[in-house]
Amino acid sequence: MRTLRILLEKEFRQIFRNPAILRLIFMMPSIQLIVLPLAADYEVKNIKIAVVDQDHSSYSRQLVNKISASKYFDLASYTSSYNEALEEVEKDRADVVLQIPANFEKDIVRHDESNLFMALNAINGVKANLGGVYLRSIINDFNNEIRLDWIQMPRFNPQPMIQVSSINWFNPMLNYQYFMVPGILVILVTMVGSFLSALNIVREKEVGTIEQINVTPIRKHQFILGKLIPFWVLGIVVLTIGMILARLFYGIVPDGSLLTIYLFAVIYLLSVLGLGLLISTYTETQQQAMLISFFMMMIFILLGGLYTSIDSMPAWAQTFTKFNPVSYFIEVMRMVVLKGSTLYDIRYHLLIVAAFGVFLNTWAVINYRKRT
Amino acid sequence: MESIQVDHVDKSFQSGKSPVEALKNITFNVKQGELFGLIGPDGAGKTTLFRILTTLMLADKGDAWVDGYHVVKDYEQIRKRVGYMPGRFSLYQDLTVEENLSFFATLFNTTLEENYELVKDIYVQIEPFKKRRAGALSGGMKQKLALSCALIHRPSVLFLDEPTTGVDAVSRQEFWQLLRGLQKQGITILVSTPYMDEASLCDRVALMQNGSIMKIDSPGGIISQFQKPLWAVQGDNMYQLMHDLRHDSRVDTCYPFGQYHHVTFNESTIDIESLKKEFQQKGVHSITIDRTEPTIEDCFMELMNQ
Repeated sequence: MRTLRILLEKEFRQIFRNPAILRLIFMMPSIQLIVLPLAADYEVKNIKIAVVDQDHSSYSRQLVNKISASKYFDLASYTSSYNEALEEVEKDRADVVLQIPANFEKDIVRHDESNLFMALNAINGVKANLGGVYLRSIINDFNNEIRLDWIQMPRFNPQPMIQVSSINWFNPMLNYQYFMVPGILVILVTMVGSFLSALNIVREKEVGTIEQINVTPIRKHQFILGKLIPFWVLGIVVLTIGMILARLFYGIVPDGSLLTIYLFAVIYLLSVLGLGLLISTYTETQQQAMLISFFMMMIFILLGGLYTSIDSMPAWAQTFTKFNPVSYFIEVMRMVVLKGSTLYDIRYHLLIVAAFGVFLNTWAVINYRKRT
Repeated sequence: MESIQVDHVDKSFQSGKSPVEALKNITFNVKQGELFGLIGPDGAGKTTLFRILTTLMLADKGDAWVDGYHVVKDYEQIRKRVGYMPGRFSLYQDLTVEENLSFFATLFNTTLEENYELVKDIYVQIEPFKKRRAGALSGGMKQKLALSCALIHRPSVLFLDEPTTGVDAVSRQEFWQLLRGLQKQGITILVSTPYMDEASLCDRVALMQNGSIMKIDSPGGIISQFQKPLWAVQGDNMYQLMHDLRHDSRVDTCYPFGQYHHVTFNESTIDIESLKKEFQQKGVHSITIDRTEPTIEDCFMELMNQ
């Protein structure tokens, strides 16, 4: 016990004397949590539209007004030549071209039918897709409005019709930040835990201090515990800072109990730290350790369900996420924060992550050799 | 009683495709309380031998015992009772002198106060800087701190891997005096050094070269085995002189040694005056040729040639 205490004392001293680590611990959560959720937003707004109006009628003007009044579209240009509009797209000044042909109004009035042409810049697939959908729904609306002008609707629909209304549970306003912030918090805790622990033992190897440690009677598990506990504490500190920031900036208050989140985080950190320690037992320099943990983090984050839904991944990727501790914590965070899940609801997540922790740490202790 | 026993130890490393033999059939004993020196150039295998004896590395073949314990079977016992000072400064640079000492003391389940007597002579020299971080100490101070840390648990055997490399001449002198003091306390000391002049400060030395021990004896014993008379030759053009000497059929060996060339001859009687004249004709002037006493370095050079 005395040995462990002096190891921890030493480790904390070193951490507090290292301004880079301290800065990282306080700056990283602040910057990532304040900036990222604002920027990483899937809602597509400000789609630039170029309108080719060859009709110049009151209907075409009505339609254009309706489009530019919506918060999704900015009218980038208004011409009567399709080529001019296409040039706007080529110069990236417009994302969507809407062509209103000549006789648009006349055709509607006379033949009850008219055509519109829509061209989408598909370089950004998401934007093109969503822009098309939004534009279609605006045109639909417009269509209904002018139909009302011309046709006297019967009191009841002539054909039976099903009308669907929906309600968004757990995130009624579909606030994207409620979805992102808990996920980013997980990434933060993961990065701090795994990077710092991976770099730590390797640093002792690189500086040569491990040589002096290895000739002492210190036990392997004491040494590994001495490395693990400080970063465990730091991970919890980062989580706390993150939760406070989420509350202050986004008003996110977990629906479920804080205790559930912290309990899961404590178990989860064990597995992440185990991974970091394992990496550091296999590498010889900080550079190697950094590159390997960075590589793993990229995969864990991209396949962790933070940005893209796991359910829409191909089957092999879904199988992979089962071995990705990050995906469990992201899911648990969202469950507890948005849905108010209890410990009972996340029991399987907890068990699996605990198993990861035991497995990775045992491997790290076995692989850390005091002699070669 | 033997404090260190090394019995036919081999060790090789894989370097690229070809294995490099770092240690070849090493056998030697160090007595209790002896100051034993491993003398050899860089790459002789000194550090590898240290790492095997301090249980940090496994030998390919052979056995070794430290303080009566086998380095593989009883490694835990050895770790409790040896002090090791690696060639590279390996204390925590971001901890202070005091913190480093108390850290290592605690790892060995002791305190500075408990063994103060032993480290006193060294510690008083670094005590004024005890609040300073180890990284900010001078080279000589770092060595003293490292020695204190290696001694903090009163080891029975002390391993010092090139402790004086990169340390100034005065500090080196002091360091060897400290070792003598420790020896009086009954600690066996195995020290390695690439400096031949330090060999004479040891009780016994092993001359190492390319992974094997060429000779083990007391410094006096090694020097006495140098049979041929040794001459120190000096002139105004030392480079030319060296060239001429090495091409002279009467000359057996010729090595630069400080301001002189140390020369041995094939013939037992040499006409100094005629030799001087010959070299003067070749363009080297103000030549002196005097008899000199051989040193460990001369012996080392001779052994290397055999």
